[in-house]
Amino acid sequence: MQLGGQLCYLSRLPQPSIEISTMSLDTEAVRKIAHLARLGVEESENELYARNLSDILSFIEQLNAVDTRGIEPMAHPLDASQRLRADEVSETDRHEQFQRIAPKVGAGLYLVPKVIEY
Amino acid sequence: MKWEVVIGLEIHAQLATKSKIFSGASTAYGAAPNTQACAVDLGLPGVLPVLNAGVVSMAAKFGLATHSAVAKRSVFARKNYFYPDLPKGYQISQFELPIVHDGYIDIDLENAETRRIGITRAHLEEDAGKSLHEDFHGETGIDLNRAGTPLLEIVSEPDMRSAREAVAYMKKIHALVRYLGICDGNMQEGSFRCDANVSIRPKGQEAFGTRAEIKNINSFRFVERAINYEIERQIDVIEGGGEVVQETRLYDADRDETRSMRSKEEANDYRYFPDPDLLPLEMDQAFIDAVEKTLPELPDAKRDRFIQAYDLSRYDASALTASRELADFFECTVEAAGGEGKLSANWVMGELSGLLNKEGRDISTSPVSPERLGGMLQRIKDGTISGKIAKQVFEAMWNDEGDADAIIEKKGLKQITDTGAIEKIVRDVLDANPRQVEQYKGGQEKLLGFFVGQVMKATQGKANPGEVNKILKGLLSA
Amino acid sequence: MYQKTIAELAAGLRAGEFSSEELTRSYLDRIEKHDEKLNSVLTLTASAALEAAKAADKRLKNGDATMLTGIPYLHKDIFCTLGVRTSCGSRMLDNFEAPYDATVTAQLKEAGAVMLGKTNMDEFAMGSSNETSFYGPVKNPWDLERVPGGSSGGSAAAVAARLAPLATGTDTGGSIRQPAALCGVTGIKPSYGRVSRFGMIAFASSLDQGGPFATCAEDAAHMLEAMSGFDRRDSTSIDRPVDHYAEGLAEDLCGLKIGLPREYFGEGLDARVGAAVEAAIEEYRTLGAEVREISLPNASLAVPAYYVVAPAECSSNLSRMDGVRFGYRCDNPRDLEDLYTRSRGEGFGAEVKRRIMVGTYALSAGYYDAYYLKAQQVRRMIRDDFVRAFEDVDIIMGPVTPTTAFKLGEKADDPVTMYLSDTYTIAVNLAGLPAMSVPAGMAEGLPVGLQLIGNYFDEGRLLNAAHKFQQVTDWHTRMPAGFE
Repeated sequence: MQLGGQLCYLSRLPQPSIEISTMSLDTEAVRKIAHLARLGVEESENELYARNLSDILSFIEQLNAVDTRGIEPMAHPLDASQRLRADEVSETDRHEQFQRIAPKVGAGLYLVPKVIEY
Repeated sequence: MKWEVVIGLEIHAQLATKSKIFSGASTAYGAAPNTQACAVDLGLPGVLPVLNAGVVSMAAKFGLATHSAVAKRSVFARKNYFYPDLPKGYQISQFELPIVHDGYIDIDLENAETRRIGITRAHLEEDAGKSLHEDFHGETGIDLNRAGTPLLEIVSEPDMRSAREAVAYMKKIHALVRYLGICDGNMQEGSFRCDANVSIRPKGQEAFGTRAEIKNINSFRFVERAINYEIERQIDVIEGGGEVVQETRLYDADRDETRSMRSKEEANDYRYFPDPDLLPLEMDQAFIDAVEKTLPELPDAKRDRFIQAYDLSRYDASALTASRELADFFECTVEAAGGEGKLSANWVMGELSGLLNKEGRDISTSPVSPERLGGMLQRIKDGTISGKIAKQVFEAMWNDEGDADAIIEKKGLKQITDTGAIEKIVRDVLDANPRQVEQYKGGQEKLLGFFVGQVMKATQGKANPGEVNKILKGLLSA
Repeated sequence: MYQKTIAELAAGLRAGEFSSEELTRSYLDRIEKHDEKLNSVLTLTASAALEAAKAADKRLKNGDATMLTGIPYLHKDIFCTLGVRTSCGSRMLDNFEAPYDATVTAQLKEAGAVMLGKTNMDEFAMGSSNETSFYGPVKNPWDLERVPGGSSGGSAAAVAARLAPLATGTDTGGSIRQPAALCGVTGIKPSYGRVSRFGMIAFASSLDQGGPFATCAEDAAHMLEAMSGFDRRDSTSIDRPVDHYAEGLAEDLCGLKIGLPREYFGEGLDARVGAAVEAAIEEYRTLGAEVREISLPNASLAVPAYYVVAPAECSSNLSRMDGVRFGYRCDNPRDLEDLYTRSRGEGFGAEVKRRIMVGTYALSAGYYDAYYLKAQQVRRMIRDDFVRAFEDVDIIMGPVTPTTAFKLGEKADDPVTMYLSDTYTIAVNLAGLPAMSVPAGMAEGLPVGLQLIGNYFDEGRLLNAAHKFQQVTDWHTRMPAGFE
C-alpha cells in the first residue's frame, strides 16, 4: 500500500473489475459474476439469469434518484457497540464430531483437490 | 542512471492471546490438525463471532507505543475470496476504519543518523489456516488450527530506502511488539512475518515507480535478500527497456529469488463491506488511558536512560535494549555488580553474547545468571581477580561449576596482592634473566612486558598486574 | 385438543387431563394425516418428540415446569438442531447435521417444549412463496393451489392447519409476517437483537430475526418470551431483560395512538385486503384507540434498498457453503475451482444464485458506492421516518401484504414482482423494529393479515394490542376446511 496515510483507508479500490455497464447485464457479465461467486451456471441458463439480474438491477436503480447527500450509511439497525469476551479458552477438541459431517477428510485434515502452488 | 529504492512493509504480528480473535478456541502452536478449530473457526452454518477483549488492549498498546492515533471507533469488515484455508469464504479484517493509524517509529541508520518511518495503519484481522500439500494422494490437506488466530497487520509508509533500512525497521517493530508482550515474535512458527512492497525510481523523481509486493517473508535475513533480489530484478527490467508490472511475487528462500504468483484472485476484487455480525468497536479515553498505564518502558526510552544512567555509548545502549530480555539481563547484572554499568555492558555484549551466539542460545537460556555474572564483576572491581582470570571464572560459571567466589576459592584464582610476596617473585624473575635486565637498562624499555609476563607465568596470572608493574619499575630503576 | 390455547393446554397438563405424551401423539397423528396435502414438515422427529414429552411429563409432576413444558412445536429448518438434519430448504445442506443446537433450540428445550419436527421453507429463507425449497413448495391450507407465503411457509401452514400449536420462524424481509397473513395465523418478528441468531443459519445478518407463529397473540406471547433473551455468543444480541409479555396482554387500549401510513394504503393494495384492514382498524377505534394518518415518505424505497443490502450480505454469508467442511460436494471434482463452482452450482437453487449474484455485483469494486453505500444511506432515511413517526404514535398499523395468497407458480418466474409482495414488511427489517401479523378478515375465502409495527423493544404493546383485538374478533379461531 504505497498511498498516503489517509488515502489508504478512505479510498475504495478504484477500478471496476467487472467491465459491465449498469442496468443491463449480458451473458458475459453473468459469467464473470458467477465466477467471482464460484457459482456454476449452465450455459443454457445464462440468458435467463442475465434477464433476471437486469430486471432486478433496473428495479434497484431507482435508488439513484434519491438525494442522500450528508446521510451517514446505516450498516446496522442497532446503535450499539461491539461487546467483548474475556480472553479465555472455552472450546474443547471436537474435531472427530466436526469431521463426521465433512465430505472428505484424511489424517485429521479436510481434503480438497490439489491446490496449485505458485 | 541512479536509482532510488522505495520500500514499504506490511508486517503480520500474531497477537499473544490465549484464545482466538472471535472464538474461545486455543491459539497454542503445534497441536494435532484441526483439534483447535472450533465451530466458529470452521465457519459452520449459523455460528457467530464475538470479539476477544485481549486483542483490543494489545492493539491499543501498539498504537500508543508508536505515537499513533488509537481509534475511538473502528469497524470490522469482510474481505471476500475463496480459498480452502479460509473457511467462511471471507476474512474478518478492518478496512476503512482501522483500530490504529497515523503513527511512526524511529530507526537508527548505520551512519549514526536516525530515520522516521511512518506507520500508516495497524488493523486487527483473523489468520487463515494452513494448506498441506504432501502425502494425500494428490490432494491438499487443510488444517484450520491457525484459522482465527488474531493478527495485527502493521502497514508502514513507503519510507525505507534500502533493504537494510527495511530490516532495521522490521527488527525495531519486532523488538517493540515483544517489549509490549503482545506478540511472541517467533518467526519460525510464523508469529511474525512480513510482505514487502518494493519499487524503484530515478533519483530525484518524486512519483513512485510501479511496485511489486513480495509475500511470505519470515526471517530478517530473507527480508534483506528478497528485497535486494527484487531491486536488482526491477533495475534489470527497466534498464533492459521493459516495465515493472504491479503484481504479487513470492520469495523462494531455497533459490533466493522472487517469482510471480500470477493473479491469485482475479483483479483482487475482495468486495469489502462492514461485517454485519459485528458492531463497531468503540474505545473511550478512559480505556485508552488505562492501557497507557500498563505500558512498559519502551526501547527508545530505555536506550536513552541507559546512556544517561550507565554512561554507555548510543551504540551499546541500542544493542543492549534490542530486546527486553537482554535489557533486563543487563540491568540485573549491573545491580549484582554494585552499579558497574560499563563493565557489565562490556561483559554482557562481549564474553556472554559471544558464547551465546556460538552455542545458538538466546539470553533467556543463558547458563550464567545475571546474579552470578554481576558477582564475578564485583570480584574484578575489588581486585580479587584480574580481568584475565575472570575469563577462566566465567567459563567455569558457564559450565555450571558454581558462583564466582566458589570457583575462585576452589581453583585458587585469587589475585596475589601482598606486595612482599610479589616483590620476592619479581626479584626471582630478574635474577633469572640478567641479560634482559642489562638490555632494559640499556634503553630497551619495552622489555617491561616480558618481565610482567614472566611474573604472571610464575603466579599463574594471579599477581595483581598494577602491583607487578609498580614493583618491577622500582627495582629496575634502582 | 388442537383448538386449545397454550394456557389451556398447560392447565390441562397440570390437571392431569392429558399427558404431554398424549398431546404430542395427537399432533404427530395430525401431521401424519394431513401433511401430505401441505408438505409443511421436512423432518418428523416422532420418537425424539415422544421421549421429550415423557421427560416433560416428569417435569410437570415434579412441579418445575414452565408454560411451554410439554407443549409441542414445529421448528423452522433454519435453526440448527443437534443430531437432527438442518437443511435450510437446500440441497446444499440436505445431509447437514449440525454438531450444536441453535440458542433458540436450546432455550425451547430448556423450557421443556417438545419439538415435533422441522418445517419446510424457501431455500436459505430466500423467497416469499415457499416455492424455492429444494423439497418442493408448501401448499396453503386454505387453498391447496395457492402459496402459503414465505420464507417460513411450512411453519405458517402447519399452525394454520393446527398440525402444531406453535412454530418458529425467521423474518428477514417479512418471512414471518407475510406467511402468517396468507395462512391466517398470528406471527411476530421481534426487534433486531431480541432473539439470538446463534445457530440460526444466516441469510442477511443485519436483518434476520427469529420469532414465533401461533394461532393467537396470547400463545405467541408465551413462545416469544421463551425464545427471547441475551446470548453472549451473538454480538448483535441485546443485553436487556425479557418482558413477561403475557402479563401485559389485558391492558386497556383506551388512548392508544395508532398511526396509519398513507403510503401503505395507496396504489397496489388489493381493495378487498384494504377493506378488511380498515374494518380491523375500526375495531380498534371501538376499543378506544385514537387513529391518525401518518407518513413514511421513503416507504417506496424499502424494497429496492433491501434488494441491495440483503443480497450483499447473503452473497458473503453463503460463501462458507463450499463443499469442504460440511454439506453438499459435487462428484469427482477435477480441481479446486471445479469443486467450488460445481458444488455451489449444483447445491444452490436458482433464486439463491440470483441473490448471490446480485449481492456479488453490488459489492464488487466500482459498484460499492453506487449500490451498497447508497442503499445503506436510504436505509437510514427509512429508519428515521419510523423514528419520527413514533414520536407521535404508539403503534403503526397497515396491511401485511398487498394481496391475499397467490397461486403457485404465478410469480415464480418474475423475481421483481415476487419481491414486491413484501412491500409493506421489508422496511421494518431495515429499521430493526418489531412487527406482527394478526388475522383480520377474509377475502373470498382467503385470510387477510393486519400488520402492527411497534417501537424498538415494544413487543409487549404489540401483543397487547393484538390480544385485545382477538378478544373481540374471531378471525384467529377460523380454521381451513379439511383439517379437522
